[in-house]
Amino acid sequence: MIYLTRKAEFAASHYYHNPEFTPEENQRVFGKCNNPHGHGHNYTLEVTVKGEIDAKSGFVVDLKQLKEIVNREVLDAMDHRFLNKEVPEFSKQIPTTENLAIAIWQRLAPKLKTAQLHRVRVYETPDLFVDFYGEA
Amino acid sequence: MKAHLTRRYMFSASHRLHSDAMSDEENAATYGKCNNPHGHGHNYVLEVAVSGPVAEDTGMVCNLADLDSFVQDEILERVDVQNLNTLPEFVHAVPTTENLCMVIYEILQRGFRHAHLDRVRLEETMMNSFEYAGGAELLR
Repeated sequence: MIYLTRKAEFAASHYYHNPEFTPEENQRVFGKCNNPHGHGHNYTLEVTVKGEIDAKSGFVVDLKQLKEIVNREVLDAMDHRFLNKEVPEFSKQIPTTENLAIAIWQRLAPKLKTAQLHRVRVYETPDLFVDFYGEA
Repeated sequence: MKAHLTRRYMFSASHRLHSDAMSDEENAATYGKCNNPHGHGHNYVLEVAVSGPVAEDTGMVCNLADLDSFVQDEILERVDVQNLNTLPEFVHAVPTTENLCMVIYEILQRGFRHAHLDRVRLEETMMNSFEYAGGAELLR
């Protein structure tokens, strides 16, 4: 088994708000992130796939295909977007980095043909990242 | 669904590597420049990795404010801009980054209640780092 990681970057805005919370609860739980006008981050995405090396190509995955899938499924949908308003997953879910990693996993996993998705890592800032391994 | 969250913090501290169980010659041979009696310092980078189910109402593994305040009060307040050899944990133990990594893990393991502690990773310099998961295998 060998692992390959591809990085991508995107910029997006979001805010944290649960309509079932009172305004005070939203403020207490989410703090500055509750500002309804949103705020932005430069996200870094790392997609790690695993598999066996194909004897003919020497690849675990065709990098060009992986790049196209990441571009289509993630960057086209999220880059320079307001996550709460423009990405369907976040019409009901709060676009935390945790939920973002899960949403990206769910977008990518069914599209990968040759290699298996191992980990999605999303950096919200250089000092904060979330890993999702598809665990229930 | 279970997610793993990692947060990075920075602190600066000095230390001297010296073991009372060794002769001066052995200390010098073992620790080299790090045995300088006056000590020396590093800018450490601390990574704390926690995990748990993502709560439906908050979308979070744990509230970052809780993690930040715990690390600030229980760890950074004690080590930042300090001489590590003066900490009670290092009266009898050598403040190597291995030992410091384990001390920080134990503090989090004992006191942080908002998520499961996966791992503590400590960078002494850009070139070397140490990881401790309480004896568990590291998740890659």
